[in-house]
Amino acid sequence: MWVYEKKLQYPVRVSKCDPRMAKYLIEQYGGADGELAAALRYLNQRYTIPDKVIGLLTDIGTEEFAHLEMIATMVYKLTKDATVEQLKEAGLGDHYANHDRALFYNNAAGVPWTAAYIQAKGDPIADLYEDIAAEEKARATYQWLIDMTDDVDLQDSLKFLREREVVHSQRFREAVEILKMERDRKQIF
Amino acid sequence: MKAFTQTRVWYPFIGPFDPCPPIRVKTYSTPPQLFLGFQPPQLPQNSLPEALRQGTLWPALYSPYEPQP
Repeated sequence: MWVYEKKLQYPVRVSKCDPRMAKYLIEQYGGADGELAAALRYLNQRYTIPDKVIGLLTDIGTEEFAHLEMIATMVYKLTKDATVEQLKEAGLGDHYANHDRALFYNNAAGVPWTAAYIQAKGDPIADLYEDIAAEEKARATYQWLIDMTDDVDLQDSLKFLREREVVHSQRFREAVEILKMERDRKQIF
Repeated sequence: MKAFTQTRVWYPFIGPFDPCPPIRVKTYSTPPQLFLGFQPPQLPQNSLPEALRQGTLWPALYSPYEPQP
């Protein structure tokens, strides 16, 4: 069960009218390394992972949904007042034909999200290594998104999200260390 | 710990017949989680406003990133 707080994890301010940036930001919404994929991956893996790291997957998976909301807010602000002509110029004509200005879970190239992006292998080490890789890929995506806008307010929110990927990666690496420890092994001499 | 940089540099091969003006130096990010290992206890903490701004409670995990041209 979840408790919802009706506020964003970190403020999202968008100062530049730039519908094209919305097209790029959608990569983190419905892309292979996006927040939706991350949240669903972690919250699903936690059922079959050793007890010691279930809480970590719950916490991080939940936070990914908070990040998803931030991305959604950015995309919405960048597109809600765009004319159809502006959307077409921004490369969002294909999107408008299918979705109007509604958000949808697809990547920057318009490919819809698929569960094939994520894995639950059942092997704790394999799953955690996938999670670490996912965090590093999301960190890289945020870097390229920061590179692609000159809106300092948008950059500020994206830098926050990038830092969270760094922290999550650290915690998953620690989870691997916890599972490698032999503390609970029966000592028989 | 503070002294080291979170960026690494490499110099790609430049061919004599490359079609575009070469980018001679390339960089990539090497943030703190690659080096920290299991986080030791009693590390310094940011103030709460600073923690929100940096996105982490721990200065040891802070990774600044500036847009690349």
